Amino acid sequence: MSYFDQELDATGLHCPLPILRAKKTLNSMESGQILYIIATDPGALKDFSAFSKQTGHALLESRELDGKCYFYLKKK
Amino acid sequence: MEDRKKLAIIVTQGTLDWAYPPFILASTAAALGYEVQMYFTFYGLQLLKKNLDLQLTPLGNPAMPVALPVIAQTLPGMQAMVSSMMKAKIKSKGVASVEELRDLCIEAEVRMVACQMTIDLFDFNKSDLIDEIEFGGAATFFEFAGQSDVSLSL
Repeated sequence: MSYFDQELDATGLHCPLPILRAKKTLNSMESGQILYIIATDPGALKDFSAFSKQTGHALLESRELDGKCYFYLKKK
Repeated sequence: MEDRKKLAIIVTQGTLDWAYPPFILASTAAALGYEVQMYFTFYGLQLLKKNLDLQLTPLGNPAMPVALPVIAQTLPGMQAMVSSMMKAKIKSKGVASVEELRDLCIEAEVRMVACQMTIDLFDFNKSDLIDEIEFGGAATFFEFAGQSDVSLSL
């Protein structure tokens, strides 16, 4: 994926801050828009998947590369 | 929204380490769409003070990862030293402060209720506590907890 509407740099943040920052950013976005998130918390992979399942914001892509996690979330 | 899930938490501890689980869970649940109420009683009331100066002690806390002989743990000033070391560690690792997590809970409209009986028992001054709280008793807690999907005592 490459297209996104907003970017959130959550590198260096630990649980639960990446999720809380993502939620806050999503609040300011429109339905259907895409949020791109970069995180370094190794727990973020599972947490964003769980966040997506529980909130209904679709996790379009989730991957880990060189100690960083990248996510594309589409606002419900 | 009536269909939101509900989380009720009783907070009974007021040390630096025990401050984390309730605020982490409350703020995260709120981000997941839960309606959250926290009920602060006994030592948990310390977490509602405007100026937090939370401490922790290695004494009687064998699970704490601090290699100190018990006799050294009893020395005067040890609690303050261990507490400030822990706060420095929390900061250096990029973990949120208790104040920050509490602010995030308030921002997410987590409802915080302070136990009126504890206020009277320990002669707390209400003006020392943050403004975003309500006061109530056990029945107030059950009014919400009785319809909650998840209830935790921390």
